[in-house]
Amino acid sequence: MTLISAEERGQPILRLRGVSKQFGAVSALADIELDIHPGEVVALVGDNGAGKSTLVKVLAGVHQPTSGTIEFMGKPVTLDSPSKALDLGIATVFQDLALCENLDVVANLFLGHELSPWRLDEVGMEVRAWTLLRELAARIPSVREPIASLSGGQRQTVAIARSLLLDPKIIMLDEPTAALGVAQTAEVLNLIERVRDRGLGVIIISHNMEDVRAVADRIVVLRLGRNNGTFPADTSNHELVAAITGATENSVSRRQARKQQEAQE
Amino acid sequence: MDPKPEALDRGDSRLRHDEGLLGAARAFFDRVRSGDLGMLPVLVGLVVISTVFSTLNPVFLAPNNLVNLLFDAATVGFISLGIVCVLMLGQIDLSVGSMSGLASAMIGVLWVNMGWPLPAAIAAALGFGALVGLLYGVLLNRFGMPSFVSTLAGLLALLGLQLYILGPTGSINLPYASVLVRFGQIYVMPDWLSYLLALLPGAVLVYTGLRTMARRRAANLSSPGLSVLLVKALVLTAALLFAAYYLNLGRGIPWMFGLFVALVLAMNYGLTRTQWGRSMFAVGGNAEAARRSGIDVRRVNVSAFMLCSTLAALGGILASARLASSSQQAGTGDVNLNAIAAAVIGGTSLFGGRGSAYSALLGILVIQAISNGLTLLNLSSSLRYMITGGVLAIAVIVDSLARQSRVSHGRA
Repeated sequence: MTLISAEERGQPILRLRGVSKQFGAVSALADIELDIHPGEVVALVGDNGAGKSTLVKVLAGVHQPTSGTIEFMGKPVTLDSPSKALDLGIATVFQDLALCENLDVVANLFLGHELSPWRLDEVGMEVRAWTLLRELAARIPSVREPIASLSGGQRQTVAIARSLLLDPKIIMLDEPTAALGVAQTAEVLNLIERVRDRGLGVIIISHNMEDVRAVADRIVVLRLGRNNGTFPADTSNHELVAAITGATENSVSRRQARKQQEAQE
Repeated sequence: MDPKPEALDRGDSRLRHDEGLLGAARAFFDRVRSGDLGMLPVLVGLVVISTVFSTLNPVFLAPNNLVNLLFDAATVGFISLGIVCVLMLGQIDLSVGSMSGLASAMIGVLWVNMGWPLPAAIAAALGFGALVGLLYGVLLNRFGMPSFVSTLAGLLALLGLQLYILGPTGSINLPYASVLVRFGQIYVMPDWLSYLLALLPGAVLVYTGLRTMARRRAANLSSPGLSVLLVKALVLTAALLFAAYYLNLGRGIPWMFGLFVALVLAMNYGLTRTQWGRSMFAVGGNAEAARRSGIDVRRVNVSAFMLCSTLAALGGILASARLASSSQQAGTGDVNLNAIAAAVIGGTSLFGGRGSAYSALLGILVIQAISNGLTLLNLSSSLRYMITGGVLAIAVIVDSLARQSRVSHGRA
């Protein structure tokens, strides 16, 4: 495994140390360590219930961690509200997209960050919306239709477009390609690479190993709320699946542990 | 080859381009069919109501009766305008009637009995209204107390306070010669001013419409076209001029109604053209999504409840002016339901996220027309309550059905 060391990457944008999150008796995240550097795409993979979405919500300020520290650009921060995270430059595309169905595409894109708050600049927002959607090769017939009339894929594109609007430092995408067609998926992957080349950090969550290996620089595996290893992008599917499901824990890991012990003796 | 570059928003071949008057008409019918009823129920309702009541009693359409109707409509209208704000969030305020009654009692006690200057008494009543709204907002934000419950508790508590401060006499007469009572009963606009104001909306519509068109064209966006704009402005101006002419045959347009319309226009601007209004719609549509977009949902909640209670207090003050008295009856009976029914009939959804300030104006005209017509027929209040209750039920059914239709047409 040839991972680029942290020193070569420079200071991480985001640094998590010992982050835990408990929901009552259930510990959704335990002692998570994670570094995201500028210009790096980190894929978070794991089975259902591994804690990926919880981790994203902690970083987006939706949930507060029970313990642990989060450092952003080298300074410890408390992400106690979504607006705080957004203001720092942490943009998120949530799995449930978090769009307002009664509002049109333009209103959703600029929600909470409208141009000229006391006299909304509808023309300016609409032009910006079209430019942004063009960049994503979005197939959206009209930006003045309510979100309710859009298909799942179109909604996902709107959610992704919204995350890019505020010039964030880091983007988290929770299952960004789940509802997308072939062309749109390719566009999103292109987009992730473009965003990375601009020096942004990207966290992508996906169950699609092909997508993950296509764009990720590192693959971080979560299992049952804990770190379960970091892998380079060229790791074989077999190895990744093993880490995700924990299927090798019984045989391979125990064997390695025994060998190490024997070597020490 | 194409000399005219395609507009930025007209690139998709699946989109039907509604252009000109025919296109506008087609888009309108599409909206209605999908359950986006807009002003239609109100217009139909007003036509039906005036036909029925004027056949039963021709006095109904007499100019002076309509002037009286506008005086009465304005007082409940203010309350209804506040209700629009809380309904927009999917919340409700059931205590607006009691709040208006308490405000009216405060005017009587502070101004007449204790001799405060009138502006101070009005400020105190409005300020107390704002405080009550703040309390509802905090109860919702801090304790997650459903507004249905907190305002139901408020209904009783505020009514108790009203009875308490009015004391054993239970009724205080306001001086007839005072500005407040004259505002509530007598002051009407001069004819020339009413015609001038009737011309204004059309002119503003054309002016802003032309400016928007120019800006959209400069930004390479399509625009709805001049003919639609002109027809809209013409119809509006003609209707307003006729209304002004007809009311001027009687006493004229009440200043109180003028104030109400001015507040409706201000609220409409706030809801449609400011960030605050956008966040109101967002919170009503999907509060969690709004929160994750960085909107301070708590502040939005508080602002809506404060506006609602303050406007209810204003409605109560003017209702006392209209009756020239502060009494134990003020704000009781059907005031609550009338205010809520007006907002719903006007097209503000009980489910949140949909509505407009105009729904208070249009809805209250319907409600007040019914109430006024029934009074002209000498029907007792027992019957009036039953009929108003029925109208509210029908309005909510229409709202529910329209909502289901919108969902199935993808326009929720």
